[in-house]
Amino acid sequence: MPLEVKALLAARGVGKVVKSGASDLVILRDIDLAVMPGEAVAIVGASGSGKSTLLALLAGLDVPSKGSVTLDGEDLFALDEDARAALRGRAVGFVFQSFQLLPALDALENVMLPLELAGRRDAESAAKQMLERVGLGERLHHYPKHLSGGEQQRVALARAFVVEPKLLLADEPTGSLDETSGEAVIGLMFELNRERGTTLVMVTHDEQLAARCGRIIRLVGGRVESSDGRAVA
Amino acid sequence: MRLAVRMLGRDWRAGELRVLALALVVAVASVTSVTFVADRIWNAMVRDAHQLLGGDVSLQADQPWPREFAEEIARRGLARAESVNLASMAQANGQSLLAGVKAVTDSYPLRGRLRSAPGLNQPDAPAPRGPARGTVWLDERLTSALGVVPGERVKLGNVQFPVAAVLTLEPDRGANFFNIAPRLMMNKDDLPATGLIQIGSRVTYQLLAAGERKDVDEFSAWAKQRLGRGQRLESLENARPEVRNTIDRAQSFLGLTALLAAVLAGVAIALGTRRFVERHLDGCAVMRCLGASQSRLLALYGTEFLLLGLGACAAGCAVGYAAHALIVQWIAGILQVQLPPASPLPALQGYLVGLVLLLGFSLPPLIQLKNVPAVRVMRRESGAPRGGALAAYAAGFASLAGLLVWQAGNVKLGAIVVGGFATAVVVFVAAGWLALRAAASGAVARALGARSMAVRLGLASLRRHSRSNAVQVASLALGLTAILLLSITRADLIGAWRRAAPPDAPNRFMLNIQPDQIAPLGEFFASNGIPMPDLYPMIRGRLTAVNGKPVSEQDYVDERARRLVEREFNLSYSAGPPPHNRVSAGRWFDAQSKGAAEISIEEGLGKTLGLKLGDAVTFNIAGEPYSARITSLRGLKWDSMKVNFFVIGQPWALERYPTSWITSFRLAPQHEPLINRLAARFPNLTIVDVGAALKQLQAVLDQVIVAVQFVFLFALAAGLLVLYAALVATEDERRREAAVMRAFGASSAQIAGAQRTEFAAMGLVAGLLATVGALAISAVLARRVFELDLPANGWLWIAGPLAGLALLSLNAWLSSRKVLRMSPALTLRDTG
Repeated sequence: MPLEVKALLAARGVGKVVKSGASDLVILRDIDLAVMPGEAVAIVGASGSGKSTLLALLAGLDVPSKGSVTLDGEDLFALDEDARAALRGRAVGFVFQSFQLLPALDALENVMLPLELAGRRDAESAAKQMLERVGLGERLHHYPKHLSGGEQQRVALARAFVVEPKLLLADEPTGSLDETSGEAVIGLMFELNRERGTTLVMVTHDEQLAARCGRIIRLVGGRVESSDGRAVA
Repeated sequence: MRLAVRMLGRDWRAGELRVLALALVVAVASVTSVTFVADRIWNAMVRDAHQLLGGDVSLQADQPWPREFAEEIARRGLARAESVNLASMAQANGQSLLAGVKAVTDSYPLRGRLRSAPGLNQPDAPAPRGPARGTVWLDERLTSALGVVPGERVKLGNVQFPVAAVLTLEPDRGANFFNIAPRLMMNKDDLPATGLIQIGSRVTYQLLAAGERKDVDEFSAWAKQRLGRGQRLESLENARPEVRNTIDRAQSFLGLTALLAAVLAGVAIALGTRRFVERHLDGCAVMRCLGASQSRLLALYGTEFLLLGLGACAAGCAVGYAAHALIVQWIAGILQVQLPPASPLPALQGYLVGLVLLLGFSLPPLIQLKNVPAVRVMRRESGAPRGGALAAYAAGFASLAGLLVWQAGNVKLGAIVVGGFATAVVVFVAAGWLALRAAASGAVARALGARSMAVRLGLASLRRHSRSNAVQVASLALGLTAILLLSITRADLIGAWRRAAPPDAPNRFMLNIQPDQIAPLGEFFASNGIPMPDLYPMIRGRLTAVNGKPVSEQDYVDERARRLVEREFNLSYSAGPPPHNRVSAGRWFDAQSKGAAEISIEEGLGKTLGLKLGDAVTFNIAGEPYSARITSLRGLKWDSMKVNFFVIGQPWALERYPTSWITSFRLAPQHEPLINRLAARFPNLTIVDVGAALKQLQAVLDQVIVAVQFVFLFALAAGLLVLYAALVATEDERRREAAVMRAFGASSAQIAGAQRTEFAAMGLVAGLLATVGALAISAVLARRVFELDLPANGWLWIAGPLAGLALLSLNAWLSSRKVLRMSPALTLRDTG
């Protein structure tokens, strides 16, 4: 299908079932979706609607019970765990609700980490530049525990964008922040997204936030209930 | 690699690796220090090997060598030297001292050189031969103890000899590490005139040969076929087996102690790595997210740990080297050899042990780390990869078991130690768990904590953490056991000997009394107003057959039994049982019954040699067989300082053999000068000052104990590290719980009180376990190794638990301070 060829990210018939005691618990059923390059998509839904699970599957962090996901032209689950990791390292940036900064590393080192993993020699200068871009040029050597929540999330943004990913996956990026700093972080995120032409897929339960994306995919009980904006595959 | 170095730096700064590094340093230092000492002693022995014997082959006997041996040496064109060794009193300046006399021919030594100096503290030089006729050399100890300078005279037996030089090095003495009597060397030609050799004297006759290898080998083969009882041949291959055995055993004991430290350190490493892994799960998941492959993660952390290991092991080697230098200094006094410089080999060995420990105990958990699912970044509960933990520790213990067996050089010994340690751990953990559960039981909680919430909370926490707490209790108990054990054995060993000798116990032994000296000796005592002590006849004989079957040392496995069979016994005779002996089985023989000869033997001897009532034993006394039936067993106290005999026969049966007499008596301090007059009047007598001998023995023991204790310190340090690692491992959880309690309004006092209660209970349990462990081990040691009855150590039941209590209370105080200093929000965020 021509749509899939062009899509940066596509899911076809993705389902996820987990064992829960004696019975099976269906978390996701037959999800089909495609995300075009440069698009900003919000996945919304109530707690337990399966949105975080979907994000994990789209990132290849988790394995679906059925269906397939294509990311940047590669069938994610035809790859092994390590190849998926390599693909993520190349093409995907992450922002998490709980920031997921390494507590033993200072801000600069946290941002350097993905570059170092990719073997980049300019890790330090690139990371510094990125931290300056997110307004933390003065706090390079602060450890996460000495940074506010908003600052931590900005470090996380810098870490996500420093590898210049094609796709940014954000999981409730404001979930741990108060309104003001949450607003600031989101503003920064969209700014960077535009600047760099990154494709964004964001999971949130915040309708206002979702509305800032070009398209909203609504999950209810593990199914796509509706998809506003452009067509769903 | 660069990233691994950075990560090492980061984790180090964050304090994640300190326990691991310290555990490695302790393990490596402990192993290297002991190996350095052992290696240098061993190298000294190898270096001196050709000198150890004073020749290429050494023949030793307790009787003069038959002429044919000397003739055979000459016939084969080999060089020959002889020496005669015995103990005797040396007198000078009104003093008399027991000396180890060695009378040598001019040709001695055939290998190695003697060294002598013109006076005390003067530079020495190689000497072409030993003392010239009519002169003697004294070693430094004897020279200073007698207060003589070369030129002055020393009386030995019936003769006064001028001292010609100070003997500074005797090549074939080097291997005898625990010499107690100082040396007097004289010319063999002067020996007969001294009259020192009498019937019953304990003398060793040595015949040395050296020459071409082939001739020596042929002569050795010739001699071996003609060796009789009490005659031995030593060559380079079997040189000084008794010394070698002793040193080997001491080395493997120390080595095993060092390895015990390594084992404990391994546990600390395992605990430390586990915490490291738990704290890095999130980071690993993030890195998986950021594109790191599993092999990349493993390589990263593997390299990080390897770098840490290389650094920590190097530090451990340095500490071990310094520690060995201290040990060598302490035992320098008893090691009468020049030690060669240290070789790098022990450092290498320590390094290897350290790396094996690190890899064995940390690689398996690290492998788990790489398996962390990336999805953990979003769902925390898809957390720690469990399972395989048992396999992980199995790998660690397998590598340890390998090390232990390697160190012990003996699969059985290694297995015993590994098994013993594993059993101790299991028993301690199980006992600790049960005791903690009991302490935290509802009944106790109700009895203790009805009024105090802190106590109730503490006991609840004890119950909740009973598994991890049991591990902590066990590790503390292991460390404490080592300390308590040492303090018991050290304090009580010497004390037990002292106590065994009552204040009026004899303090002098007098040997070698000849039959014709009995009457003059009686007069001497009478004229000095001292009652003549009881004299006991002493006849030397060798056990040759039991129930008609010839015996030799090969028939026995037990070392003591072999020694007993190999050497000559002292037999005695008496009409009635000695008053300080007790007949424990059978009936004392009828001294008058002239039928078949009967004897009474000491019950310990019977046990060692497997002799029973009714057995017929045959001794060879002065070439004649003497057979008798055992009709009674006697119990006696060897440490009573009274004269005791293994074998006592009927007077009529033994009187006709060559006999010397022996006695022991108590000499009051004001009568001390009498000894010098006694020695002057009866120069052939050997008078042993028991107090001085004990003091010398104690000095030697003290030095050995200091060395042993030093090695135990490593074990203790490792034990404390395990404790610390175990406490740190649960610290996050404790801090979190404390923060939650704080959030709900608990006061600092209540939280601190709860922690105090929990730790106090753990400390008490650990202390009790350690007390039981130390008492049990020391009882076994006392019975099996030292053959002593240790007194009850009541104080231990108080000191042990108190020590545990103190250690854990300190920890509780430190850790609750840390917990309370932090705001609950920060703590929760930090550990959440």
